[in-house]
Amino acid sequence: MNRRQFLATGGALVVSFSLRAQPKLPGSLAREPLLDSWIRIGADGGITVFTGKAELGQGIKTALIQVAAEELAVEPARIELVTADTARTPDEGYTAGSQSMSESGTAILNAAAEVRAKLVELAAKRFALPPERLSVANGAIRAGDGRSASYGELVTGELLHVKAQPPAARGNPRERAVIGKSLARVDIPAKLTGAPIYVQDLRLPGMVHARTVRPPSHAARLAALRTAAVEKMPGVLKIVRDGSYLAVVAEREYQAVSAMRALAAAARWNKQQENLHSDLQRLPSQLSVLVESEAAAPAWSAEATYRRPYQMHGSIGPSCAVGLYRDGNLTVWTHSQGVYPLRNALAEMLGLPKKRVRCIHMEGSGCYGHNAADDAGADAALAARALPGRPVRVHLMREDEHAWEPYGSAMLTRARARLEGGKIADWHYELWSGSHSSRPGPAGNLAPAWLLEKPFARPPAQQIPQPTGGGDRNAIPLYRFASTRVVHHFLTAMPLRVSALRSLGAYMNVFSIESFMDELAQAARADPVEFRLRHLDDPRAREVIRTAAERFGWAGYRKQRGRGRGFAFARYKNLAAYCAIACEVEVERTSGQVRMLRASAAIDSGEAVNPDGIRNQVEGGILQSLSWTLHEAVSFDASRITSRDWASYPILRFPDVPERIDVEVISRPGAPFLGTGEAAQGPAAAALANAIADATGARLREIPFTAPRVRQALGA
Amino acid sequence: MITLEVNGKPHAVDADPATPLLYVLTDHLQLHGAKYGCGLGQCGACTVLVDGEPVFSCITPISVLQNRRITTLEGLGTSDNPGPVQRAFIAEQAAQCGFCIPGMIVRAQALLSRNPAPTPEEIRAHMSPNLCRCGTHMRIVRAVERAARELKAAK
Amino acid sequence: MARFSIIFAALAVAACAAQQALAPAEPPAAPSFDPALVRKGAELAALGDCNTCHTAPGGKPYAGGRALKTPFGTLYGTNITPDPETGIGRWSGAAFRRALREGLDREGRHLYPAFPYEYYTRLSDEDIRALYAYVMTREPVRASPPPHELRFPYNVRALLGAWKALYFRPGVFQPDPRRSAHANRGAYLAESLAHCGACHTPRNALGAEMKEHAFDGGEAEGWHAPALNAANPAPVPWSAQQLFTYLRTGLDAQHAIAAGPMDPVVRNLARVAEEDVRALADYFAALMPGRGQTPEAKADSGGPGAAIYAGACGTCHDRGRDASSGSALPLAFASALALPTSKNLLRITLEGIAPPAGEPGRFMPGFAQALTDAQVKELMRYSRSRFGGGAPPWDDVDEELRKAREDK
Repeated sequence: MNRRQFLATGGALVVSFSLRAQPKLPGSLAREPLLDSWIRIGADGGITVFTGKAELGQGIKTALIQVAAEELAVEPARIELVTADTARTPDEGYTAGSQSMSESGTAILNAAAEVRAKLVELAAKRFALPPERLSVANGAIRAGDGRSASYGELVTGELLHVKAQPPAARGNPRERAVIGKSLARVDIPAKLTGAPIYVQDLRLPGMVHARTVRPPSHAARLAALRTAAVEKMPGVLKIVRDGSYLAVVAEREYQAVSAMRALAAAARWNKQQENLHSDLQRLPSQLSVLVESEAAAPAWSAEATYRRPYQMHGSIGPSCAVGLYRDGNLTVWTHSQGVYPLRNALAEMLGLPKKRVRCIHMEGSGCYGHNAADDAGADAALAARALPGRPVRVHLMREDEHAWEPYGSAMLTRARARLEGGKIADWHYELWSGSHSSRPGPAGNLAPAWLLEKPFARPPAQQIPQPTGGGDRNAIPLYRFASTRVVHHFLTAMPLRVSALRSLGAYMNVFSIESFMDELAQAARADPVEFRLRHLDDPRAREVIRTAAERFGWAGYRKQRGRGRGFAFARYKNLAAYCAIACEVEVERTSGQVRMLRASAAIDSGEAVNPDGIRNQVEGGILQSLSWTLHEAVSFDASRITSRDWASYPILRFPDVPERIDVEVISRPGAPFLGTGEAAQGPAAAALANAIADATGARLREIPFTAPRVRQALGA
Repeated sequence: MITLEVNGKPHAVDADPATPLLYVLTDHLQLHGAKYGCGLGQCGACTVLVDGEPVFSCITPISVLQNRRITTLEGLGTSDNPGPVQRAFIAEQAAQCGFCIPGMIVRAQALLSRNPAPTPEEIRAHMSPNLCRCGTHMRIVRAVERAARELKAAK
Repeated sequence: MARFSIIFAALAVAACAAQQALAPAEPPAAPSFDPALVRKGAELAALGDCNTCHTAPGGKPYAGGRALKTPFGTLYGTNITPDPETGIGRWSGAAFRRALREGLDREGRHLYPAFPYEYYTRLSDEDIRALYAYVMTREPVRASPPPHELRFPYNVRALLGAWKALYFRPGVFQPDPRRSAHANRGAYLAESLAHCGACHTPRNALGAEMKEHAFDGGEAEGWHAPALNAANPAPVPWSAQQLFTYLRTGLDAQHAIAAGPMDPVVRNLARVAEEDVRALADYFAALMPGRGQTPEAKADSGGPGAAIYAGACGTCHDRGRDASSGSALPLAFASALALPTSKNLLRITLEGIAPPAGEPGRFMPGFAQALTDAQVKELMRYSRSRFGGGAPPWDDVDEELRKAREDK
């Protein structure tokens, strides 16, 4: 019985029963408790580790291999890692929310420890020795007398086809061999030498190329189409039309591009008027009170409103997928963040049983959340179904990616507070935000499915509940105040398509809260770092704040003309990594140009598996946030998106990059993995705003801080 | 038929002369170092060298490339035997998703051939046509500096 | 040239008698200026494009050092920050006014007319006060620009007195009472602060504007500054609204995208009162009555230029603005294709257009490395014949291409 049959024949019932009977298994073991879902050992001693998570460029493959190698006591190079594939790996939902280490890493850590314990137990029996007398190294178990047994010899039959037992024993965190080392990323050499690693590079035998023709706006529908001329173009194999869904397949890639342009020119669209411009506070909303510690209507010491526009994922490589439809079975190679949910959505869209659809993850260009990867998967499915037996590769054009990806929601926040004796006594915070999660699962969350003859309607907007939250992620401050009130106005119908963009609402909420903390510190005539510490009792929070301030040289800072420093802190989701950032900026008053000169960060993501990987993520988080915060806003007119390329949606370029970013990783051996990828974005934005205020006296409350906006704020 | 010299080898290519080089590299020659990023010359993911100079292959028709030397990422080294700039990028772990990095390496190569000891400002200015979305810029600059140092030491 | 030298020599005696130095003043404290006056000065400085010549690439604003290439050699923008040693910190308001009005520095030496005092002389006293308030409240920067690199005899500063005697007509702008305040505002800005004719009017061998050819089209730093009168070659006549959009954003979908020396001008005009840009646009739109045809590209003639165009240019330009960036205008509309010289199209083709960090809209990649000289020439020939609206082939491509390559 393979793993899938097991699940299909009632394994899930066993799992839920076992869950009730026992304490919860750690990480994703709770979802997939069978050890051989995670680890298999062949007779030749080959070790294969399975994860339902995907490499998105965050270095997860390397970190998971380190975790497995540590607990199995083998060289990392001996481990083969298989990532998200609906036919082979556990279902771990989406690779999102900085949860890969806490979910998959924890599962593999515990599964590997248990596998090792089982092997030691078997060897002990074989050698007739107590387990303590055995040593484990390099994939073998040795007795003091020279006898040894390799893992391959010991593993037989269904040894690992059993449920994990909590709590699995773990190695002593003080004696780590692989965890905690900055192992070089396993995926980098191939990427840097042109090996076909990305789904964009996939070339299957007999493969053909498709391009889609998206409508000029989301609401436009196909009115008329002349296809005769396009059909005669060189290499054209098929024009795929289903309602307003339009694509063309050709033998060669550039033939497909040329045919797509001709097809776009031959299409006429009904342009239904949309009203994309809107005042967020007037959109339909549902109100939820997240915290209400005491009713108070005090005289506020300060009040401020902050704004953030729609912002884009903006992957450097537009989304791509390859589909193959053969004998009623569909296979899609995709860089989706969730192969299982996409599989379900594609099955629904095509009316196929789920078991006839397989999604295999291959790396794509970094996605930073729900970009057009899933849409491209749907494009590949539709094109492949139209051309059975041939693999069809669909690559979105830059304009399609820009105009059709789901954006990070525009948001508005309002903060009010009352100070008393140099401390914040009352804190009221309200936020307005659209959804931050419209991923498939449902086929109605795939843009191509909206365009079909029998269209799939978009499902109602989804909230992500607290404690992680969506738009309200990090809306509740970690600081201690006498009274706190936090209200979330969830906007149920956004005019633009929105979904998860890295860190979700945390970027905006942390920007708002941490900007406002500085405004209050100023009102209280307090040092911003010391002011934060006044309101914090979590020792790990206090330590990252002190560490970042020290690295930056906060205490001895000498301010130069035109320059300023800023500080910010957050614990991502209030339950993941702690991150504090100090930065120095230079503001050119005349031009309004802002340059971040340097930044110092400290991060505590629990036990650090790969410190350099964490540093890389934090550096990247700071720079991505710098780009969002200085430059980025999706533009649109009454009916359509006008940010359609990098000229109309400029992002950070090299001359804007700071001279230095240093990141201190505070590792906590033995502590749970907390995840890193989204910890820095919010603090980086607020530190930047706070530094600009320090440099100029002007407080910027609306993102992005473009040069004209800075000039306006300065009255220059 | 148009003959292109790619990484020192001639290739006869049967494609429309207006076809941008990028599509010929990936689709005809199965060279995947140069990436499609925008097709508009705005992001640099497709950068290759033509006669040693960095060029956006997504907007360079093959008709202008006869009798010229084309060097792609693959021409700078292999996974088993990476070239000096690639080695420097690996040593600095200068990649996150890595999609933009081939273009970065190729553009850096052009700079170092002309200016063996660039300042950080010169590196930033030279690299500005290339976009990175993961925020790997600090490491990319460090990798170019390292490559310059190591190339000098090897001389 | 010999004749001019004689005139120079003769006039030198008469005209280059030393002017009086004005007493140095203690640098005024920034708070001594009314913030409203400083704000006004900021807008005026933007209208005057002052930062462009007085700021080196990547340098501190107004600290000087930018090279300005002229037919007579290279001049370097001076430091006009209030630094007392290297800037104009010791210039009194009177010295500042005299520089604008009379083209003399504080010590009384003649200034080169690359500093367009021919225009600034028309500024009102009030505007000069505002400009003074603005520059004196900038951050002082200690920086000395390199010395000018001019050929003899242009490096003899005293001879400028002769030049001024020949060509310089000082005097404050006089509004025309028959015109509206708006029209007078446009005329005032165009003929004083904005100094449009400094580039758009042709100059004689001594670098003086040929007043009888006002706005006939001139040259600036290797670029052609198109005619702003009836000789304007735009395929679609400029409406005042289009001109306003262009001056404000650097982009009009039926004409042009600002490049070369016009690029900083539009960046500055994005920062001033809308009304002033409208006044300028209305002033020039009235001077440019168009011919009113709808431009059409000719059929593709094929050949090597066609493949280059299709693979390198057509991807953006054939689809127009809608499909792609803000910048890809169909070339049949592009002014650069209709100009009497190939120099602008050449420079745009080679270097592209790179807006400042974060500014959306204008962008074009350059093709200097991708295309050989022979290929650039093929592309020029093809583009002019297909999109030039029937204009004759350019005969200056070889020469201008050589210059454009040298300037890089």
